[in-house]
Amino acid sequence: MFARFFDWYENRHDYARKWLEKNGGEVVGCFCSYAPEELIYAAGLLPVRMLGSHEPQDVTEPHIFGMFCPFCRDVLAQGLKGRCDYMKGVMLAQSCLHLRQSFTSWKNHVPADYAFYLYMPNKVQTDHARPYFKGELEKFKQSLEQWTGRTITNESLQGTAELYNENRRLMHEVYDLRKGPNPPVTGLEAMVMVASSFFVDKKEHNAELERILPELKSRRLDRETGGRLMIVGSENDDTEFVKMVESVGSSVVVDDHCTGSRYFWNLTQFTGDIMQDIANRYLDRPPCPTKDWEERRRFPHILNLAKEFSVDGVILIQQKFCDPHECDMVPLKEFLNSNGYPTLFLEFDVTVPVGQMRVRVEAFLEMLGVEELF
Amino acid sequence: MAEYKTEPLKCWQKAKELRLKYYKDYQEARSKGGIRWTGGAWAFDAIPAGLGRDVYNVTGEPYAASLAFDKKLSMECLEAAEAKGWARDLCSYMRNYWGSMYLGKYAFGGEYPEPDFCFQDHICCSHGKWYQHVAEYKKVPYFCIDVSVGPYEDVDENRLMFVVNQMHESIEWLQKITGRKYQDELLIEAVENETRSTSTWAEICCLNMAKPAPLDEKSMYSLYVHGTLAKHSREVADFYEELRDEVKYRVENRIAAVPDEKCRLMSDTQPPWGFLKVFRYLEKFGAISIGSLYTFGLIGIWETKPDGSWGPRTTPMQKGETISSRDHALRILADWNLSKPEWQHFYDPNLKTEMMLQIVKQWQLDGVMLHLNRGCEGLTCGIMENRLGIAEAGVPIMTFEGNMGDEREFDEKRVIARIDSFMETLGMEMLEPSANTASP
Repeated sequence: MFARFFDWYENRHDYARKWLEKNGGEVVGCFCSYAPEELIYAAGLLPVRMLGSHEPQDVTEPHIFGMFCPFCRDVLAQGLKGRCDYMKGVMLAQSCLHLRQSFTSWKNHVPADYAFYLYMPNKVQTDHARPYFKGELEKFKQSLEQWTGRTITNESLQGTAELYNENRRLMHEVYDLRKGPNPPVTGLEAMVMVASSFFVDKKEHNAELERILPELKSRRLDRETGGRLMIVGSENDDTEFVKMVESVGSSVVVDDHCTGSRYFWNLTQFTGDIMQDIANRYLDRPPCPTKDWEERRRFPHILNLAKEFSVDGVILIQQKFCDPHECDMVPLKEFLNSNGYPTLFLEFDVTVPVGQMRVRVEAFLEMLGVEELF
Repeated sequence: MAEYKTEPLKCWQKAKELRLKYYKDYQEARSKGGIRWTGGAWAFDAIPAGLGRDVYNVTGEPYAASLAFDKKLSMECLEAAEAKGWARDLCSYMRNYWGSMYLGKYAFGGEYPEPDFCFQDHICCSHGKWYQHVAEYKKVPYFCIDVSVGPYEDVDENRLMFVVNQMHESIEWLQKITGRKYQDELLIEAVENETRSTSTWAEICCLNMAKPAPLDEKSMYSLYVHGTLAKHSREVADFYEELRDEVKYRVENRIAAVPDEKCRLMSDTQPPWGFLKVFRYLEKFGAISIGSLYTFGLIGIWETKPDGSWGPRTTPMQKGETISSRDHALRILADWNLSKPEWQHFYDPNLKTEMMLQIVKQWQLDGVMLHLNRGCEGLTCGIMENRLGIAEAGVPIMTFEGNMGDEREFDEKRVIARIDSFMETLGMEMLEPSANTASP
């Protein structure tokens, strides 16, 4: 049922090349899930989230010091290896220092016609961020118009924002089905569904979601649900890991990842000022730890997810050297534990030692009392 | 026979006393009815100054550097942080600071003094999170100003006002949490002092263009630190003017920091505080580190002069500008800080490479030593691109790995071996011991 999503996810570069052949325009690589893709799409371009390939590499050694996260180096490696040669534009929505370096090194060493650094605020909790970010979005819009020679009208922005909202609503519907005792969607399928939406024209993605949803509602999986797990942490599109977790008597029923629920969780609320509405949507998103201060708004959101999806335990994953998540990990673990949710912490690299992690996940499930193991 | 004469700095003792007074004032503030707050070295310390003349702060980075200098205490602090579960690759200043807080030990004797509130700014991933944890642990209020609005060359009204509006918001917050009435005249005075102190520090750094250099970087660490402690204070601004006059005297009288100066270098990022002796090792070759973008631009405020050279930024007072209101003061404070050299590379490593090459040219340097500092993600952001850019410009460059605040990540022998190789590349040989001694 999810074959199309898997195909998109695994053959993202082929998809982008075909999209270009069919639609013209350009592909714009977006560094970080805070990229306001609506503006790019409204300019007749295809926004594509930059992810890595989970392969060991050494081409980034001269460019990014080894104390920065493996994800940011993996992303840059894709450009240095020429895998994104069809991509004529790149943009960064300001977030962590790690991914920022992938963008600045990309700008220095990977041919591109267009590069834009969007100064997304880090303090999203102040009201002053709203007019400020709207102003920065206006600059991004003007820059895209200048590059493409096309005018981005309010009507096209409104239409795009509605299209993106529809995508978010549809993915929410899929996620909602996982709240029940026998989720008809595996964690792996959900992960690939969301990740493929980074690469695919939202019209096509919506059409596929609409196609599978009716069938999905009556789907019965030929597997036990087992322990109901949530995965929380840094960027994670490690399908091998989730496959392993779900092969040992558990199901991933929800997540808090920028590559998962955080990407689509909240909708744009329309008030008649479309640029402000888009700005507000990104400011009000479930936050990345790097934007979650002074108040902690991320933790209550995670707790709500755990409750709504009837979670038994939480796997906390973190990209090695990811400072923002490292800064949250200790209090988050305490917070979840004190709310009755056991946790397992795992550190990720470009590739993960699946065998070792299997032992730890099995032990964790045993601790949760998951009988299916035996 | 040494090439140049040398002598200790006359104001060295005053520098030490001023620094100790700063930490003591903080410690004793509460017993005198005053207020104490904690935050980063880049926090807008001029803003809480408007609460009264009895407001004292401890800035986390220099405080943690003091901890790191005391290897035994530092190890206790780092282990205390690790025992709580924090990752070892997090900012080592932050881990030292948190450890000191957990242990309840103050680096300057006695118990860790509880802050009344935390006041911070944010440009690095760790900034906002550092004091979020302190505020939670100590159950005190916290305010943080986001300054990540882009490099100074791109700052416009929208970006400036995002910072200024947060500053206004912070003043309302300060009044609310302290119950004190805010005094704009004290803010104005603090902004005047800050512009004076940070511009004067840049002026002092410029004097190091002289050959022989009147200051070496190891000594500069003990001098620039005042700007990281209380750049807004009259004491620091006055001290820097006194220091500038003495350094001028040294230049006029060719009093060298390193009497055998033959080779001029610059470093980059914070040094490994527990191993400052590597700078003394350089002197055995007649090599001097005359500073760095770090020592020049962490608190020093600069501008490009009409002839294209780099020099101290002209203060509002030098321009004949009178600061007339709270809003005026905050606009100046925001604009002034957004031009800080060490904030520019957060957006583009090429901006830092350009500044470093400007220093190489203007200070007539023979080479560059980059500290790949595992303890600070902020100042090592883009550092490998800086290496490439400097090397491409034909400037000899070496790197060494270390950590400003965690001695376990510094391999002294390996670094010394790399310095030996670098010196050989530069054609430098170990000198005979000199009769003169280096400053201070």
